[in-house]
Amino acid sequence: MEQFTSITAIAAPLLRINIDTDAIIPSREMRTVGKTGLARGMFAGWRYKAPGSREENPDFILNREPYRQARILLSGANFGCGSSREHAVWALHEWGIRSIIAPSFGAIFASNCVRNGILPVVLDNAIVESLARHVQADPAKHLLTVSLVDCTVSTVAGERHGFTIPPADREMLLEGLDAIAVTLKRDDEIRAFQERDRQRRPWIYL
Amino acid sequence: MARTIIDKLWDDHLVANLDNGTSLLYIDRVFLHERTGSVTLKELAAAKRRVRDPGQVFCTMDHIVDTFPGRGDATRMPGGTEFITQTRAAAQAAGITLFDIGDERQGIVHVVSPEQGIALPGVTLVCPDSHTCTLGGLGALAWGIGSTEAEHALATKTLVVRRPRSMRINFTGRLAPGVGAKDLIMALIGAHTASGGVGYVIEFAGEAIRALPVEGRLTLCNMGVEFGAWTVIIAPDDTVYEYVQGRPYAPRGEVLERAIDYWRGLPSDADARFDKEIALDCSRLAPQVSWGTSPQHETGIDGVVPDPAGEADANRRQSMERAQAYMGLQPGTPLAGLPIQGAFIGSCTNSRLSDLRAAAEVLKGRKVASGVRAICVPGSTQVKRAAEREGLDKVFLEAGFEWRESGCSMCFYAGGESFGFEERVVSSTNRNFENRQGPHTRTHIASPVTVAASAIAGRLADARSIAG
Ligand code: SF4
Repeated sequence: MEQFTSITAIAAPLLRINIDTDAIIPSREMRTVGKTGLARGMFAGWRYKAPGSREENPDFILNREPYRQARILLSGANFGCGSSREHAVWALHEWGIRSIIAPSFGAIFASNCVRNGILPVVLDNAIVESLARHVQADPAKHLLTVSLVDCTVSTVAGERHGFTIPPADREMLLEGLDAIAVTLKRDDEIRAFQERDRQRRPWIYL
Repeated sequence: MARTIIDKLWDDHLVANLDNGTSLLYIDRVFLHERTGSVTLKELAAAKRRVRDPGQVFCTMDHIVDTFPGRGDATRMPGGTEFITQTRAAAQAAGITLFDIGDERQGIVHVVSPEQGIALPGVTLVCPDSHTCTLGGLGALAWGIGSTEAEHALATKTLVVRRPRSMRINFTGRLAPGVGAKDLIMALIGAHTASGGVGYVIEFAGEAIRALPVEGRLTLCNMGVEFGAWTVIIAPDDTVYEYVQGRPYAPRGEVLERAIDYWRGLPSDADARFDKEIALDCSRLAPQVSWGTSPQHETGIDGVVPDPAGEADANRRQSMERAQAYMGLQPGTPLAGLPIQGAFIGSCTNSRLSDLRAAAEVLKGRKVASGVRAICVPGSTQVKRAAEREGLDKVFLEAGFEWRESGCSMCFYAGGESFGFEERVVSSTNRNFENRQGPHTRTHIASPVTVAASAIAGRLADARSIAG
């Protein structure tokens, strides 16, 4: 899995609440069985002028310079709510997003991010809005730095905001661990659980 | 120490406490579908890993299968056939049970799972699908995950989970006639917003819940994710034990008795503490309908489109304005009476036999208004057969509804089939997101009886005003 330690990049404010995974990657854009080829469909409903077309809507922020180079998204509460489709994360990652800063996230989406090298940062709405204002003043120069090493978001003006992230998520991102391999080291414990459990709940073991 | 139902299920599935604050939880069942399960199985095979216990893994074809009679592997979803054929091949290679097209057990994953006795009280069940919380209605600890986590569950029989905070919601009072589980959950989300449950695992409790039949509980829990909850659960009781009996994968005989003994120990202890408790009075609720593009944008069918100017929170105000522009609505407009062009009864929220019966009650001897396209898609092939045995198909067809094969169908825009640009649709589904049912389709979510009544009226309508 891809690691995340720290990035300094252009941030794009997309300050809507409840941005759902259907909006991030519409179902019709998931055309092949796989994790790739999804970036073109990212935010398709907002990014293109008409359904199915690839004619860009110039009003959509990620179609404008310098936001086309954004690696960080600033967003409203409950980002990534809705469908569990991990394709939403794969699409964002393929397009170039490495960190999303929002007051809250859809639970499955946040967990999917961590498993794909994207850092979800939870900060108060007022801070997200102030970061957005700062960025918008000069997006090409007002880069944000998101560091997982010291768990801070900072601006070029020297403003710093600490954030918290569950230790397990931090570890997974910093080390880029293969979660399955880590768990399989506990194979004995899993087997022992099954043996005990089979006595207690035999109906589970079909 | 007094424990909640969540504490008990956590303890009983705990393989190990990990030192980073997470738990390694045992996963009893995994369910997959062709939309997200295909990539899970493919990636797992590519990593040269195998499904650890194939006997406890199930897969169905629901999301992108065609729902027209006489269907095969062809589908209107671009690239969809590839998802179907690859899922089939991967499921066979992995040795898991597949409810394929043409199988009498096929249907929407969260309808099939209780119907077959795969979801049971007290089990942990995961599926790469956000509405897996539906199964909390049986007293299962069930939640939606991503495809990568599903690989983990398949390969290890476990998941690494951080325990969410706990909440109990007490639904007090009794529902009025004509008001059901769908109205209840919509009202909750309307009152506490679509992120009201973020970070919580929630027990639904109270008098109104006890009175709900199992299918109503499944409807209620289905939209737990629309409330932002990690998952939701209802303590099992005799209503559930009765429902479970005789289902293909459920225990029987002496083992069933042992299971019921175990299940009786699961409800929260009387003095168990939750991190948060809230209450909702159900006795005055009207049927609910959504007016916007988030499940929190909803009100009673007797209500009006709210005025964003009255919303103090700037984010919510903007979301309301945006939603009203998308929906083509003005503040102050009464919802009842809005002309519609489409009506849909289906989805894992409301497509079980009791939903179809209730809708048929309204439709009997009546006709869908001209200019309205009305579609009914039973939640599973078994629901469809049972409905046909009762003659419900005839009621739907005579009223002017299409009667389809089972699948997710127009619950979401699988690529080809939609009601149409800017068409107003009343739908028994769970999501009214922008473009969810097709490019610029305007979705109003509601209960199946509200959908049926609206289809007849040709406008959003209160079923209570035409019943009897
Ligand atoms: S019916 Fe709709 S909500 Fe339910 S599983 Fe299918 S697509 Fe998802």
